[in-house]
Amino acid sequence: MNLEQLPILQVILPLLAAPCCLLLRRSRLAWGFAVLVSCSSLLIAATQLHIIHHSASGSISYEIGGWAAPWGIEYRLDRLGGLVLLVLTAIAAVTLSVARRLLQEEVPEERHHLFFATFLLCLAGLSGIVSTGDLFNVFVFLEIASLSSYVLISMGRSRRALVAAFQYLVMGTIGSTFILIGIGLAYMMTGTLNMADLAQRLTMTLDSVYAEGASIENPALPVNQTRTILAAFAFLTVGLALKLALFPLHAWLPNAYATAPTVVSTFLAGTSTKVAYYVLLRVTFTIFGLAFTFGQVGLQFLLTPLAIMAILVASTIAIYQGDIRRILAYSSVAQIGYLVLGLSFATQAGLTAGIVHLFNHALMKSGLFLVVGCIATRQAGLTLESIRGLGRRMPLTMAAFVVGGLGLIGVPLTSGFISKWLLVSAALESGRWLVAVLVVTGSLLAVVYVWRVVEAAYFLEPDDKTTSEPHDAPAGLLAAAWVLLGATLVFGIYTDLPVGVAREAAASLMGVGS
Amino acid sequence: MKKHSILRVVAKILIPFVLLFALYVQFHGDFGPGGGFQAGVIFAAGIILYTLVFGLDTAREVCPKRVLECLVAGGLLLYGLVGTLGILLGDRFLDYSVLADHSGQHIGILLVELGVGVTVAAVVVSIFFVFVDRGRH
Repeated sequence: MNLEQLPILQVILPLLAAPCCLLLRRSRLAWGFAVLVSCSSLLIAATQLHIIHHSASGSISYEIGGWAAPWGIEYRLDRLGGLVLLVLTAIAAVTLSVARRLLQEEVPEERHHLFFATFLLCLAGLSGIVSTGDLFNVFVFLEIASLSSYVLISMGRSRRALVAAFQYLVMGTIGSTFILIGIGLAYMMTGTLNMADLAQRLTMTLDSVYAEGASIENPALPVNQTRTILAAFAFLTVGLALKLALFPLHAWLPNAYATAPTVVSTFLAGTSTKVAYYVLLRVTFTIFGLAFTFGQVGLQFLLTPLAIMAILVASTIAIYQGDIRRILAYSSVAQIGYLVLGLSFATQAGLTAGIVHLFNHALMKSGLFLVVGCIATRQAGLTLESIRGLGRRMPLTMAAFVVGGLGLIGVPLTSGFISKWLLVSAALESGRWLVAVLVVTGSLLAVVYVWRVVEAAYFLEPDDKTTSEPHDAPAGLLAAAWVLLGATLVFGIYTDLPVGVAREAAASLMGVGS
Repeated sequence: MKKHSILRVVAKILIPFVLLFALYVQFHGDFGPGGGFQAGVIFAAGIILYTLVFGLDTAREVCPKRVLECLVAGGLLLYGLVGTLGILLGDRFLDYSVLADHSGQHIGILLVELGVGVTVAAVVVSIFFVFVDRGRH
């Protein structure tokens, strides 16, 4: 076995580990095995990114079953995919390593092995979406990831988790159906599902794609000028916007994140919407191309206002929430706005900002949800009233929250600053002054909702002063939260990994070449 | 259902043929219409008919929960391991040509479809059992 098998191992390792967890049955055994698998996945992802970043072509390809590319299923990974895989597997590894402790309060022990099996299936699905170079394969893995995340969310402690999971299931299924219709229409017009092949055929004329002798009304028309392809593009983008929770299609997200077990919120907040963003980048840039997406269709005229609305409206809603998890969830909707804003600029700088923010926000938000998990181990309530005085009772835990909160605001020395800085400078570079002002306004709104938590934890007196002894979360949990949030500090100072890789990824997406 | 002797007798006659037909669809899948998924569903339909006529408790003795769980996992593992053999024998994932000289592709697809069939049958039966069980509490 050699390194060229890595792309497939990335996907089948968690996929085959899931049934093994089912067979292991004992909570501790299944957990140990899942941690081992997720750490190996992280190692594989890191190795792959290293290989891609130092290869001349900037991508690696793998043919499943030895069938050559446009006919067989091809796995293709470039710098963008490598970076997304790295952050995905890193969050999975950190989350799983503390999952058993967090689950103790939330899921009965005899169902732990089922939880770990489902978690690994979700990881396999998300890794598959990123690894594959085949559009239909994306749909299949999207379904694996979505179905397992519905199950994971429904395992939440309160009965509202079931409602949230069902709501997510309905919205998610509509999204998946739209994506499938889009793929079907594109396949109908081009006869191919391989992304690279699809991109090429979309720009060809109708008569060169169809067999000789087929009766076509307008043979010289390029395929991507047809109404069918326009419909395909519309279905794909709307479906992905649902999966991405782009404003105003975000309604499923806050309930799902606020009622799911904290392990699940930690994992999904950092990964699932990020992977949907990755697919959106693939569809708009790699498959349909810059000229079609932004020239012919004018997607930026739709995405820019929606992204700005997401930032302003969701941040404002976050200010009025009483539950920490709902504050963080609405903040996620706002941050997705920043991601999509970067995409909608259609410039290399904007894309770089989007990709870097994907990386940074994934670490921040997972870290923050892990802090919430830490708080949940010591007290039941997660409302702003119940965390009063928590800064004294759990000093290290709340300090971690402050670090993450500063990252969300975009304070210098945190990684949030880097991505906001890149985004604002990308906006100014392309003359979008108003957008830049609105992005900064969004950050000011973030100050308000982060401050409300900080105020409650540090400046308000608790109702009962009986438990004022410092009593932090278990050391392992706290360490995991600090690993993720510490990483946001590290990447706020040493920016080579996310920014360097993202810049070249953006260049290759724009078709500039690195 | 104890009083309905016609139903019981007809079901007893039908079930072996349903299961046999499932196996036909399973192993004839690479020459004609069919395959693992369809076969799995047909096989599960046979067991569901058995459950409807003879009751959940009897059916649980035929397919205990532990066995079903093992079959759910086992089918997927069979699929995965056949695919992984391709890697271990120095070729690509799911490349069945390494399994035998001439008929490698044939053996490969047969085993993979068997894995699909086992998992699908076990999952469909499990889902049915869960639904039937809910009404009783």
